[in-house]
Amino acid sequence: MLKIENLHARVEGREILKGLSLEVNAGEVHAIMGPNGAGKSTLGNVLSGRDGYEVTAGSVTYNGIDLLALSPEARAAAGVFLAFQYPVEIPGVNNTYFLRAAFNAQLKARGESELDSMQFLKLVREKLKVMQISDELLHRAVNEGFSGGEKKRNEIFQMAVLEPQLAILDETDSGLDIDALKQVAQGVNALRSPGRAFLMITHYQRLLDYVVPDFVHVLADGRIVESGDRSLALKLEAHGYAGIGASQPAGAQA
Amino acid sequence: MSQPASLPLVASLLDAPLPVSGIAWLDAARQENRAAFAAGGLPDTRVEAWKYTVLRGLGQRSFASGDAAAQTRAVDASTLLLPGVDGVRLVFVNGEFRADLSALGELPAGLSVQPLSRALQTDAEPLRFALSRHYRDVGDAFAQINAASAGDGVVLRVAAHAKIQRPVHLVFVGAEAELAWHARNVIELGEGAQLSLVEQHLGSGEPSQLATVVSDIALREGAQLHHVTLQAASTGMNLIRRSSMRLHARAQATMHVLELGGALVRHDLHAELVGDAAQLHTRGVFMPHGRQHVDTQLAIRHQALGTTSTSLWRGVASERGRGVFRGAIVVAPGADGSDASLSNKNLLLSPGAEIDTKPELEIYADEVKAAHGATVGQLDERSLFYLRSRGIPLAEARALLTAAFCRAVLDDLPDTALREHLSSLLIAQLPA
Repeated sequence: MLKIENLHARVEGREILKGLSLEVNAGEVHAIMGPNGAGKSTLGNVLSGRDGYEVTAGSVTYNGIDLLALSPEARAAAGVFLAFQYPVEIPGVNNTYFLRAAFNAQLKARGESELDSMQFLKLVREKLKVMQISDELLHRAVNEGFSGGEKKRNEIFQMAVLEPQLAILDETDSGLDIDALKQVAQGVNALRSPGRAFLMITHYQRLLDYVVPDFVHVLADGRIVESGDRSLALKLEAHGYAGIGASQPAGAQA
Repeated sequence: MSQPASLPLVASLLDAPLPVSGIAWLDAARQENRAAFAAGGLPDTRVEAWKYTVLRGLGQRSFASGDAAAQTRAVDASTLLLPGVDGVRLVFVNGEFRADLSALGELPAGLSVQPLSRALQTDAEPLRFALSRHYRDVGDAFAQINAASAGDGVVLRVAAHAKIQRPVHLVFVGAEAELAWHARNVIELGEGAQLSLVEQHLGSGEPSQLATVVSDIALREGAQLHHVTLQAASTGMNLIRRSSMRLHARAQATMHVLELGGALVRHDLHAELVGDAAQLHTRGVFMPHGRQHVDTQLAIRHQALGTTSTSLWRGVASERGRGVFRGAIVVAPGADGSDASLSNKNLLLSPGAEIDTKPELEIYADEVKAAHGATVGQLDERSLFYLRSRGIPLAEARALLTAAFCRAVLDDLPDTALREHLSSLLIAQLPA
């Protein structure tokens, strides 16, 4: 589904990704772990098409197409979803209205017919049940005044409604207490399916206690320096990032 | 300016013969105001209230005054229709009342409304106070020429305690010809009266014109006015409006203003809260685009105990559009316990766009609550990306965020159908 080859990317003239390669197949859950500054969030932003990230070499192929050539909205319509590390508050835009605009824009881009507000509300109510989210969130402005946990749950809720093929979760576990973490994990697990892949970017392994990945990769200094199964995450938990990936220059903080 | 009459604009406006009413006080007032205009000419940018609106270009133009064909100009009747507005309607084309386009049959009890041209023939005396005013201040040029030249407009009165259910609709159409026209409105709500007024400015056939509209609005004790202005004049229109309001004790006025059209647009809103506990709430959006210049000047004076004013304005400028906003609020000595708030936030959507905003607050009373703020910024890139990352295309994302930015202005407009219509006009105005 997703093939990243030798990806190099810069932000503000500084090279952050330095030859990252990764392959993700449908149905798989991959965890990307690494120290602060390793390039984890840059990877999520490059994949979702954020401005200000310049790809200088390498390629990203998604379902056989060049993902990097697409606008952010076209990537979304093609089934790529980014759960933000810091979801944005948008006063004046109602959460439900926003979600329907997004949902219908994706349908339209794919040449499918749009849902009217009644049909959409029905869909939303079903998803709310699965996510165990209060419908009070729907009536508020997008993320406005939401607690940290509510924002992250809202991201997962959006994912449930938009049903992406490839979901990138950028530090979705950060800032959550254990109850909120469990709820978010439950939401993610409910969405696991043979047709859907997850890329979970995280600093800590505790999310992986609740969403068990198929593969764990260590990202350091802009490259994947080690890959393995879940036991790699446990090893990191025990020994930290120091000593992982023999090729990593000591003390890299880029 | 040593020889104001040498300016082509001033000369051309002075060229027009004054309307003759045969009413001594009115003809005298017209002469007086005309003489003041001839002597003073146009204000330049040294006058504080005209600092950001340069009249040099307009001053070089000439306009014939009045329209011999005003009664027969074609106006598309569908443009006069607004959702939720289906009561009494008065339509003026190039400054003249058009009975054929208006709806004046069956006035509700307590409402008296007629064109000024008719009121002057039948019962001019009650208009004496408003129409014998001499404008003498620096910067009053357009009020002077209006007072000298306007022969028509609206005269509207609501009797004490009458509650008029359906909104009264006033329409000013600038049609076809290149000329100058003037309209004068006198509006009075009696004690405890209630009225909803919708004022619409529009164009027919893309004329290039100069129009002045001066309105005097008085609210007696406990009267309530809701006034919506939809300014969608044609792109060649130079439209100068002045509204002077007086609010007596416990009177409440709420204004919603949408400035969408025109070339050079200027609106002065002068309000005096002269009675205890009077309230004025102004809300507005101005959206200059193309090469439009839209200037809004609020001058609000709190002169009595416990008076309240709130002002909530948004500016959205795109392309080479230029917006100007000045909100001057004075809490005069004796207006203790008053509450004045002013917020003007602005968005620049293009590098060539500009907005100048200036809140001014002067307080000379005690126990006053006051807050004011003004900002100029751009659409938040993070919000745009967030919307796009969910599949919403860039243009739609920009429209969504801009509409959200303006939403607070229309939020408390009670008529749902009209509110939704105005929101959709705002969105339609956004650059693609």
